Amino acid sequence: MSMLEIEKLNVWFGHGRDRVDAVKDASFTVARGESFGLVGESGSGKSTILRAISGLAPLWSGRMVVDGLALGKVRPKTFYKTVQMVFQDPYASLHPRHSVDQVLGETLQLHGFKDIDARVVKLLDDVGLGQKFRFRYPHQLSGGQRQRVAIARALAPQPALLLLDEPTSALDVSVQAEILNLLVDLRREHALTYVMVSHDLSVVGHMCERLAVMKGGEIVEVMGVDTLRRMEAKHPYSQSLLAASV
Amino acid sequence: METLLDVEDLWVKFPSRQGVFDAVRGVSFTLGRERLGIVGESGSGKSMTGRAILRLIRSPGIVEATQISLGGDDLMKKTEKEMRAVRGKRISMVMQDPKFSLNPVMTIGAQIIEAYRQHNKVSHADAYAKALEMLEAVSIRDAERVMRAYPHEMSGGMGQRIMIAMMLIPNPEILIADEPTSALDVSVQRQVLDIMDKLVKDRGMGLIFISHDLNLVADFCDRVLIMYAGRIVEICKADKLNEAKHPYTRGLLNSLPRLDAPRDHLEVLKRDPAWSEAPSVSGRV
Repeated sequence: MSMLEIEKLNVWFGHGRDRVDAVKDASFTVARGESFGLVGESGSGKSTILRAISGLAPLWSGRMVVDGLALGKVRPKTFYKTVQMVFQDPYASLHPRHSVDQVLGETLQLHGFKDIDARVVKLLDDVGLGQKFRFRYPHQLSGGQRQRVAIARALAPQPALLLLDEPTSALDVSVQAEILNLLVDLRREHALTYVMVSHDLSVVGHMCERLAVMKGGEIVEVMGVDTLRRMEAKHPYSQSLLAASV
Repeated sequence: METLLDVEDLWVKFPSRQGVFDAVRGVSFTLGRERLGIVGESGSGKSMTGRAILRLIRSPGIVEATQISLGGDDLMKKTEKEMRAVRGKRISMVMQDPKFSLNPVMTIGAQIIEAYRQHNKVSHADAYAKALEMLEAVSIRDAERVMRAYPHEMSGGMGQRIMIAMMLIPNPEILIADEPTSALDVSVQRQVLDIMDKLVKDRGMGLIFISHDLNLVADFCDRVLIMYAGRIVEICKADKLNEAKHPYTRGLLNSLPRLDAPRDHLEVLKRDPAWSEAPSVSGRV
């Protein structure tokens, strides 16, 4: 069974003449345990798809099925246990006055876990931070460490599907390598499914098995990563994107 | 090669409660009519080097150098007032994000004209004509409309091209570009670089190109300085970057994912404390 099914998804913002159609008739499926990439330039609607899945973009039509559950206006609590998201900017996605312990503890409590103490310890170990970071505040962490905390928070409810919105584009290349390695390891250990958005084709090529190329809100091509590596993209836009990134 | 700029033993220091923090530690290099790249991670002091040349570092920051010589004039010895004649006119700087470097409440035209008339005594009409001409030089279509527009009506790529136009109008000898394309998409990045490249070549300017993107710099520059912890650890010809020897440069190159060479795990940079202890390599020719 597929983990995520998107069919004829439309997402728009605003009303009347101010209406902007950010995503038009997007369809794709992601199998359980797969890693799927969305690439395209800024404004192509790739992040908007993730936001629509997670419920952050309220105006949408079409069909979205996550782990057998068709999504409607109101989402059940189990949905948020299944799907979690990691955002682009680790500097903006953590509360500046909450310590790492509070961030993780609150998430665990909201999801109804009892053994919070033991779980916080486990989460920090999972993302390679260790105990000495438990009572630190975001300003005491580097960009890479913050992104690790954001990943730990996303892992807290034990999700099956992780939505990654440009998780490394705010980081240096050396730190990017560490975070990408961490994500590869976590996927294997926790049997996760990834949907990853990036403007960097080589990052998507490294992380994903299949990818969709987006332009102007539409998916122009879905291809396997082997096709990408052999530079055999069919659509002229994907070809130009490939040419620009090599 | 003619030397436009000669920087010798440049230090940038910031006193703090925990003692003095050295952001740049004894960097020396020269710039001719070439494209010189400075690469490094965040915190390596690459932007501080660019700013220090224009003496843009404010108190409590301290800049020290044996000399920063621009065609024989030592910039370190100039007063603030004399520096104003250097900034923009002889050395220009393009910053990272056009959103923060354009004035949001002035039209694009008014800003370019202001920049031009700051350094040249010309009539408003002449300045307007010159501004139009520059916008067209950076491949902006419909330049008259853009002149009337405000910065928020521009996309990132257009904003950055406008910044470049504005910086190039006084015809400076040196252009310092601090991550000029980091805020832009890959496809737009190329365009902006091509424009910059053409202008620099046509006018015989010296370009200092500051970036964290190794591949981009290797592609675009003639010579590359690699900075680590405030020092230059290696200098190489841009087309020979793949043959770089320093373990830091090698580590950075290997930590990039590559489409043509897939692997399970990326190489992670292992930092050696000796790198930051080793003396700075001189980039003087």
